[in-house]
Amino acid sequence: MNYELMVIFTPVLSEEDYKAAQKKFADLVKDLGGELVHENPWGLKSLAYPIQKKTTGMYLVLEYTAPSDLNEKLTIQLNRDENVLRYMITHLDKYAAEYNARKRHGANANSNTVEA
Amino acid sequence: MPVKQKKQEIKYLTAVKQEKRAKKYCRFKKMGIKYVDYKDGEFLKKFLNEQGKMLPRRITGNSLKFQRKVAQAIKKARQMALLPYVTDLLK
Repeated sequence: MNYELMVIFTPVLSEEDYKAAQKKFADLVKDLGGELVHENPWGLKSLAYPIQKKTTGMYLVLEYTAPSDLNEKLTIQLNRDENVLRYMITHLDKYAAEYNARKRHGANANSNTVEA
Repeated sequence: MPVKQKKQEIKYLTAVKQEKRAKKYCRFKKMGIKYVDYKDGEFLKKFLNEQGKMLPRRITGNSLKFQRKVAQAIKKARQMALLPYVTDLLK
């Protein structure tokens, strides 16, 4: 089953903290028996409305395939982490996975930095 | 006893040509899009009005199946602050 996790970190995070947080969740998925398909950091983006009094956030999108019980453990970690403003785990059906693969393939073709 | 005035039919010299509005179509079926991505804010903005509210099916012309997918995607995008819940002059 493939899932997609989108996390918003506090903007106060410095560059290497952001990298560290990224790595932390990527490794977490691997440790819990999932398999990371794609890691897509969007970096600093302005939010459409303030969350916890902050108007910008560091976005991260992780796409992974995992057994069904992994998400539950993942949410525990996400809730515990205090520089996570908000997260969302979505289930990807086959069209979604195909769409992401095609989009990524397209992005690699012109290899620009992912600016959503 | 007043003669009942027959409703006077307005007659034009030339018949008024009813301009035929182009038939609406579901863009997803026509272009073969199968998945509405909630991360793509720009695309979803096409289905929002100025205040950021969702447009009804009769305006967007979507089929029921894809209107629901778009609605779900918009709600997810709003939850992840990619789209505002309510704003003015969104476009």
